[in-house]
Amino acid sequence: MSTTFETIANIIAETCDIPLESIKPESHAINDLGIDSLDFLDIAFAIDKAFGIKLPLEQWTQEVNDGKATTDQYFVLKNLSARIDELVAAKGA
Amino acid sequence: MRLEYFQLIDRIVELDLPGRRISSEATVPEQSTIFEGHFPGYPLMPGVLLIETMAQTSGWLVVAINQFKRMPFLAAVKEAKFRTFVKPGQRLSVSAELLHDGSGYAVTEASITYEGKPVCNASLTLRVLAFPNEEMSAHMRGVATAIGLPADEALADG
Repeated sequence: MSTTFETIANIIAETCDIPLESIKPESHAINDLGIDSLDFLDIAFAIDKAFGIKLPLEQWTQEVNDGKATTDQYFVLKNLSARIDELVAAKGA
Repeated sequence: MRLEYFQLIDRIVELDLPGRRISSEATVPEQSTIFEGHFPGYPLMPGVLLIETMAQTSGWLVVAINQFKRMPFLAAVKEAKFRTFVKPGQRLSVSAELLHDGSGYAVTEASITYEGKPVCNASLTLRVLAFPNEEMSAHMRGVATAIGLPADEALADG
């Protein structure tokens, strides 16, 4: 069974045509992989479907805009994986 | 359709909120300056306007689901297929289904038929944002009333 990181790395590779080997847990989706907001909608859709969750993109964006969070917390892939795991756990609780 | 005002939907035929589906009707006008160029002697409804017709139908579904508090904007068009020509005067049946209600975006599948036969279909992604101003919100409510979309109060009650 794939880990959360492996699943999202595959989604990003397929959605954005980025070589899988260049997608690392430390990669920042925007700053390192160059994913723009429109492509990220496709990724969010695929993640929502794959994990049966709803990534709270609007809440995250608001937190970043308000200075309450950094983009690293949500868009570095190991952190994104952790957020997804939290959402999946919360769904099952 | 009032092509020059980009009002492509004439009326909402059915809104199924639990099923997250909508259907609408749109009659291509007999006369339009668009047909003078597209094409001289062979008037055809442009494919981009058929996409817009599907996008507007999808948009009304998203507006209704969000009880007129949010506005959808077309962000992506995928797998658009145009299967037959559409000519002036044809009354089109448009339908859309919400595939996913994401955070700040929605994904729909939409299609158009004419006399029961497929005309076109596409998968559409819409950004769903707060209304940028009251003028736009009021305009959308006015158009909704004109085309028979239930008012936001009715949607809240339902």
